[in-house]
Amino acid sequence: MISDVTIWIVIICLGIGTYLIRYSFLGLIRAERMSPFVQQVLRFTPVAVLPGLVAPMVAWPPATGGNPDPVRLAAAAVALAVGIWTRSFMWAGVSGMAVLIALLQIGAGG
Amino acid sequence: MTTDTRSQILRGAIDASPFLLIMVPFSMLFGVVATEAGFSIAQTLSMSVVVIAGAAQFTAIQLMVDDAPTIIVLLTALAVNLRMAMYSAALVPHVGTAPRWQRAFAAYFLVDQVYGMVAARYEAHPEHTITQKMAYYFGVAIFICPWWYLFTYIGAVAGGAIPPDYGLDFAVAIAFIAMIAPQLKSLAHVAAAFVSVVLALGLAWVPLNLGLIIAAFAAMLTGALVETWRVGRT
Repeated sequence: MISDVTIWIVIICLGIGTYLIRYSFLGLIRAERMSPFVQQVLRFTPVAVLPGLVAPMVAWPPATGGNPDPVRLAAAAVALAVGIWTRSFMWAGVSGMAVLIALLQIGAGG
Repeated sequence: MTTDTRSQILRGAIDASPFLLIMVPFSMLFGVVATEAGFSIAQTLSMSVVVIAGAAQFTAIQLMVDDAPTIIVLLTALAVNLRMAMYSAALVPHVGTAPRWQRAFAAYFLVDQVYGMVAARYEAHPEHTITQKMAYYFGVAIFICPWWYLFTYIGAVAGGAIPPDYGLDFAVAIAFIAMIAPQLKSLAHVAAAFVSVVLALGLAWVPLNLGLIIAAFAAMLTGALVETWRVGRT
């Protein structure tokens, strides 16, 4: 049983720490003080962080005990392909989810 | 508030609306997991409002259940959130000149989904004014973040009544892929994403989730270098 005090300490400290991480550069650095190279590197932040964040979820999904799962791999591949093709977040998301749900239903039925 | 500001907020909210499908199960799951770990409903909801970072919250609770020392709980969960410092830095060239109070609010809402959406928008529309960019930012944030609070609460109250296996665990992954794919628009972007995936998987064993941070740094550099090399050739 976790004590109430411990829970509140974690909530408050984690909240403050997370906020400071988020505020760090945005709050303290002026854009004109960033070198062009740093700005160029930072433009790649979305494609540098999010793929690494999602890769383990796709390769080792917790729902299948961390084993690669053909249904989830297929849904991920469709979302990626449709997203590149249509350049649309919404179509990529909708088609990925549609494939996921359809294949899971087939799997559950057969 | 001008009509233009209002239309940017509305556009942000509309763009972010598909996230509702993902936020509902993800938030409810957190509510269930936290209450099962012994959190009260008030503590569960407080954590979602104060911390507002799903992955770190799940990590912290898992470690607390495993009886880890509080300092380890905090360090590990904060390390999970370290990627947000990169988001924070990457936003500076776009919205670094906004009023300080707006940046202070924006920082609170700087979650993965909000960052992914606004980064794509700012990249596609560099000509937008700072007011338009901030309006869009808050439009996205107000459509993503309140669902996190509301459905954390509903999950905490409903408890184990939610069916666990519906494939919705994977909705979060699909949402991230859907955000990334449209941004893979040059060889440099593809190279960065590739390095990120390979290193994140290869360095998954590194403690404190720092493998992801290393992978992200390497990927950003790769992107910039490939871009410079391509420009140099033409």
